Amino acid sequence: MLIIPCPWCGPRAEQEFHFAGEPKARPVPAEQVSDQTWAHYLYHRSNEKGAHRELWSHAHGCGRWFVMERDTHTHQILSTKAPA
Amino acid sequence: MTATRLAHGGNIDRQKPITFTWNGRVMTGFAGDTVASALLANGVRIIGRSFKYHRPRGIMAAGADEPNALVDLTHGVRHEPNARATTVLLEDGMQISVIQGWPNVDWDIFGVLDLFHRFLPAGFYYKSFFKPNWGFYENAIRRMAGLGRAKTSADRRKFDARVDHCDVLIIGGGMAGICAARAAISAGLNTILVEDRPHLGGRLNWCGRVIDGMPADQWAQQIASDLNCRVLTNAVAFGYYDHNLIGVMETVQTSDPDCGDARLWQIRARHVVLATGAFERPLLFADNDRPGVMLADAALCYVRHYGVLVGDRIVIATNNDSGYESAIGLAQAGAEVTVVDIRPIAGGIQQRAEMVGVRVLPSARVIKAIGRTAVTAVDIRTNRGSHIRIDADILASSGGWSPAVHLFSQSGGKLRWDDGTLTFVPDQSPQAVRVIGAANGTFDPAASMSEAIAAINAIAPEKVSWSLPALSQTEKSVAIEALWQDPDIIGRQWVDFQNDVTFKDIALAASENYVSVEHLKRYTTLGMATDQGKTSNVIGLAIMAQLTGREIPAVGTTTFRPPFVPVSLGAMAGSRFGPLHSPLHQLPAHQSHQKLGAEFREYGGWWRPAFYPRNSEDAFATIQREAKAVRAGVGLLDASSLGKIAVRGKDAAEFLNLIYYNELAKLKTGRLRYCFLLRETGVVYDDGVVARLADDHYLLSPSSSHTKGVLDQLELWHQTEYPSMQVSFHNLTSAYATISIAGPQSRTLLARMESGIDLSDQALPHMSLTHGTMMGHKVQLARVSFTGERAYELTMPAGQGRTFWEHLMNLGQDLGITPIGIESLSLLRAEKGYILIGTDTDGLTLPVDLGMAGPLTAKKVDFVGKRSLLTPDAMRPDRRQLIGLRPTDDQFVPAVGSHAILQVDGTRRSIGWITSSAFSPHLNHTICLAMIEGGRGLVEANAHVTIFDRGKTTTARAVEACFFDQQGVRLNG
Amino acid sequence: MRYSAFNLIRHGLGNPLGWGPAWKPASLKPSYDAIIIGGGGHGLASAYYLAKNHGIRRVAVLERGWIGGGNTGRNTTIVRSNYFFGESARLYDHALKLYEGLSEDLNYNIMLSQRGVINIAHSEHEMELMTRSVNAMLLNGIDVELLDRKQLLAEVPLANDAPDARFPLHGGFVQRRGGVARHDAVAWGYARAASQLGVDIIQNCEVTGFIRDQNRITGLETTHGRVSAGVFGLAVAGHSSVMAAKAGFDLPLQSYALQAMVSEPLKPILHNVVMSGRTHAYVSQSDKGELVFGAGLDLYPSYAQRGNLPTAQEIIAGLLEIFPAFRRLKMLRQWAGIVDVCWDYSPIIGPAPVDGLYLNCGWGTGGFKAIPAGGWLLAHLLAHGKHDPLSAPFDLTRFQTGALIDEAAGAGIAH
Ligand SMILES: Cc1cc2nc3c(=O)[nH]c(=O)nc-3n(C[C@H](O)[C@H](O)[C@H](O)COP(=O)(O)OP(=O)(O)OC[C@H]3O[C@@H](n4cnc5c(N)ncnc54)[C@H](O)[C@@H]3O)c2cc1C
Ligand SMILES: [Zn+2]
Repeated sequence: MLIIPCPWCGPRAEQEFHFAGEPKARPVPAEQVSDQTWAHYLYHRSNEKGAHRELWSHAHGCGRWFVMERDTHTHQILSTKAPA
Repeated sequence: MTATRLAHGGNIDRQKPITFTWNGRVMTGFAGDTVASALLANGVRIIGRSFKYHRPRGIMAAGADEPNALVDLTHGVRHEPNARATTVLLEDGMQISVIQGWPNVDWDIFGVLDLFHRFLPAGFYYKSFFKPNWGFYENAIRRMAGLGRAKTSADRRKFDARVDHCDVLIIGGGMAGICAARAAISAGLNTILVEDRPHLGGRLNWCGRVIDGMPADQWAQQIASDLNCRVLTNAVAFGYYDHNLIGVMETVQTSDPDCGDARLWQIRARHVVLATGAFERPLLFADNDRPGVMLADAALCYVRHYGVLVGDRIVIATNNDSGYESAIGLAQAGAEVTVVDIRPIAGGIQQRAEMVGVRVLPSARVIKAIGRTAVTAVDIRTNRGSHIRIDADILASSGGWSPAVHLFSQSGGKLRWDDGTLTFVPDQSPQAVRVIGAANGTFDPAASMSEAIAAINAIAPEKVSWSLPALSQTEKSVAIEALWQDPDIIGRQWVDFQNDVTFKDIALAASENYVSVEHLKRYTTLGMATDQGKTSNVIGLAIMAQLTGREIPAVGTTTFRPPFVPVSLGAMAGSRFGPLHSPLHQLPAHQSHQKLGAEFREYGGWWRPAFYPRNSEDAFATIQREAKAVRAGVGLLDASSLGKIAVRGKDAAEFLNLIYYNELAKLKTGRLRYCFLLRETGVVYDDGVVARLADDHYLLSPSSSHTKGVLDQLELWHQTEYPSMQVSFHNLTSAYATISIAGPQSRTLLARMESGIDLSDQALPHMSLTHGTMMGHKVQLARVSFTGERAYELTMPAGQGRTFWEHLMNLGQDLGITPIGIESLSLLRAEKGYILIGTDTDGLTLPVDLGMAGPLTAKKVDFVGKRSLLTPDAMRPDRRQLIGLRPTDDQFVPAVGSHAILQVDGTRRSIGWITSSAFSPHLNHTICLAMIEGGRGLVEANAHVTIFDRGKTTTARAVEACFFDQQGVRLNG
Repeated sequence: MRYSAFNLIRHGLGNPLGWGPAWKPASLKPSYDAIIIGGGGHGLASAYYLAKNHGIRRVAVLERGWIGGGNTGRNTTIVRSNYFFGESARLYDHALKLYEGLSEDLNYNIMLSQRGVINIAHSEHEMELMTRSVNAMLLNGIDVELLDRKQLLAEVPLANDAPDARFPLHGGFVQRRGGVARHDAVAWGYARAASQLGVDIIQNCEVTGFIRDQNRITGLETTHGRVSAGVFGLAVAGHSSVMAAKAGFDLPLQSYALQAMVSEPLKPILHNVVMSGRTHAYVSQSDKGELVFGAGLDLYPSYAQRGNLPTAQEIIAGLLEIFPAFRRLKMLRQWAGIVDVCWDYSPIIGPAPVDGLYLNCGWGTGGFKAIPAGGWLLAHLLAHGKHDPLSAPFDLTRFQTGALIDEAAGAGIAH
């Protein structure tokens, strides 16, 4: 079970958090992008082994979303920060 | 000859006899005994039968490494089908029996299997039993397999759980562990010490050493008695998880029949110090599984710690000095002991052994245990190469020690082979963990104490202020000599006792190219038994290395997986059982519904009235009555679970317009709109009514089960995609109660509430809302309908929910007011073709499928999910669409989940399914909603479809998905 | 040496070590007609069917560790074809039919045990969804039966029927042809049969890179050196994205740890495979007597082959809620595999965005049951460069057209 350093609340247990996937830049204007670009935004993921950028929310805490860099192999947490 | 209980000595209380039964026979032990020590003291030799060959087996070890002594244990409500006799503390009234052996353990008819062992090598089942098919043999084989017999009754005991944290968690309360604890306390660290046995001290309790001038066991008790930290005994650390979270299972001795016998601790430690000791390895010789063959250190433990001398004439086979320690202890207790050492010379300890009468045979090997149900003699090859046979009733062996690296390995730690001690020792771990003492391959007591201090000094901000005790002088030792398997020995030699894996099986695996550790384990089942190979893993690896001409590390190391020992499932789940498994929400007026005799069911995490049966009414009749009452007069529905999310801020309108499918920026203040919220994939995630309370203030009512999800979506979009917008969200769901009042008489009823709110259709038309005061409380009144009738939603502070509900019920008596549950609501809304998300829709439904295409073309902004509605698949004309169906037999109610089918080339193809189906009391015929491919075309063509339900077919006509009051006359007044 | 009871006896009396290697040790040749990356069930089956169905025998399977050591050797071995959509039903039933003849075909007992797979419905609503599924399956030719409450209890007498059960029993459905098989045997059986047909099975050989000529893959970098081939199949499950990145593309996958556990061995106590969609718990009893169980994924992506404690507790709590008698039992082992979860929970079978490379991935939590079909279809692609009709719907392009095959979404049933 991870200890996750929320950028606002400090280190808290994993159960307070919610993982929400890799942050992906939304292609805009969406209507004008190709099916392929849209599919990549919706479904394709880098799914990195090693340092992996991911979006989390401190769901049972401050309720804020943040970007965390985590090693998906060792589960070491490399950084957390507010979403860009 | 059998074991005897000595008149004194050991950590048992002879003043406290304990009565228990073994296979129904009454026996006595003492407080402090384990089941195993008590059984041994009572002369029990055969404790079970082996898994595969049903060979008689005796107790081999004295701890968690025991492979043979699994027993069935009943104690009050407690039952364990596979209790490990060596780790269960004896308690009064325990009923213990064998788990294998028919008609009994001494005469097991399946023992004949042993005669066929040649035809049952490792993996024999992969090579046979598939003609005609495996199923033909399987049930018979299953009955033969398995260990204990589980009880089938529900276990309703309560298991609690604890959570704790500390600076340093020390696992293992042997010498290294207690020294570390003592040092950690002196350095001011917040410390927890965990030990799986009932006493601290570990091997100090039976090693016979002297520390600080006193016997080691007394020294350990003295240190233990003033350890000023949390000490958990009878508690085994079983799992090492991420970020230094350790799972510990504590055995709870209780006489409370409602209380579980184990407790889970989750301990988060800044640092972990592993002082988990080591397990002794046996040596291999022919028939090394006979009852009476055991580990040398176990024999010593039984005599010194439990006062049980396991035999009179004991042979100890060894390849290292520690076999002599056992020899000394056993000889001192009166046994005639012979040490058979493979080495030409032993350390200084040999002399000490000889002084107490131990006979030593150097450069000699035990080659075979003689005796079928008990060891009677031992065959030895002497240093001259001649074979001799010595009478013996116990054959103990010491093949060296394997550090208990299980937890270290679970931490992600890598292991390293050490040629000096012939073991795998800890190397690097990514977690904050240190390993000390025997667990680290450090078998010298002084060195292991220093390691303990060093480990604490390395993590403590203050220096350790505790000086090491004085150790008695130990003799110079002579190194262990490798002996894995002696190729000259013929006969069966067991490596994994519980799973009946012999040397031959490993040789077979090697010859068949199952040469990696993992293949070896899986093919032969070596190390896969309930002892998880504590005594067998390293030997198995070494033999594989020997057979394939590789170095041991080249064969690989096993990955150790949690748990270290089997742990209680009940305790792992803890309090999450029954109603507490995932608790349900209750409505504010719950008690009122109870009084009205509601039948409750779960709907989306809420415990809500399904319907309110009267007298002996059945469900169908109740639902029909409730539905009729709404259309005839007035019905009351507790809608408090409906979500209430306030959205406020300068940019609220713009933001919601980007998030919702429907146009919301242009919604007028005081008005409501029915909306969809899509996922970015275009799928309808939720539907609900959105109200505009002010320019910068909206109120959303997501469906009960989606409130949290909708809120998450809003926050996600706001915080990540549109952070500059000024808008905020508040979940008010639990702050308010909502009562839905529906039916032609709803306005009459409301008028009696004397609120002064103008209830006229001009002031409060359908899809509008207002605020006011009722019964002294601020309320919100929305005119919105889920039934197609004139209806109002009255929202008040949650604490008033019950008062309002009961008051309204009283006021409506003469109007025939009827409380209604979810089921009749569901019928009423189906009559109108109003959808239920998750019932009429699924995870693929797009808004266009539900006939709501307007916003896609009309709304210019790039709302969530819009792009996905423009993919080729989203624009297919033959998508499933929501329509109505009227069965030809209009009294027949097709099951929800029936399909509509087409006959294509003689085969039936599904074109969709029924999502809602009910008998309408108002129309006196059945109504169905369905998602059908190209459904709207079928409606236009007035087509018939074939309905299929589990082989039976009927027909129905495709109709509009609204059966009742299509003009909406009743809705609008 | 053929496997049979007769030969077991012969060897028992004669040379017990005379069977010879199950699959031959092999070393990497400079080139092959086809190379399959990943020696799990899917990779090994692909090699076997390439040789057997298509006569292509200059084939190598490259495995980073030991064959079957990935998810194939870590799964809970449930096989079934009770799928909702026709595309899936046809795929998984093809697999199940192959499984039914596999022991004979491979001359290796894979211990297919068709004990029936039962799904429990805990509410009226779930019952309705199950009816929908059952009818879909019947129409797709999959033999399933809907069970009412009484029938369910007759099949699963230990299921929690107490008045205060958190998840009451409403009924369920059963696929009697479903069951379990021995996972290791599937890997080893395919390896042995493929090896006999000339396939090189090369263990401890990690593929570390792709050699390209324009948009075509022509060879591989491996820890045993370079190797070239005409076509390549990628069957590396949880590591698909890692390999895709090396080949220059990404996939609609996310890798998660999926846990499973076993209890200590017990005398037979549970006959069927039982699943409860509500708690996600599922359980069966192995031939050895262990209860084998699991449930949902760990909550965040992972390449660490171990499960975390909160999820383990959740899984256990779910199981015990359905089987309160099991609260007395003990967990013997807990482990995890890295599963490649596809967005719509259906596999990806088809050409990769680069030429010469074909994908077999995205099986996620449920690809053991599909091994024979996955291998069959990848072999077809490798041999012909185009889809068998069975695999066409599972092409990667479905994410662009939007024609996803989302079973959970369609049927509301957990995998
Ligand atoms: C706990 C658990 C329970 C499951 N239960 C079930 C179930 O009950 N029923 C079911 O149908 N499915 C189940 N599954 C899913 C099933 O196990 C998988 O879908 C299936 O085994 C995948 O097979 P595979 O051959 O694709 O992958 P794997 O068996 O994982 O094989 C992939 C192989 O590729 C190798 N590899 C990776 N990278 C490289 C490289 N660079 N070079 C060379 N080799 C490489 C790996 O070492 C591995 O051996 C479960 C999975 C898990 C983890
Ligand atoms: Zn926070």
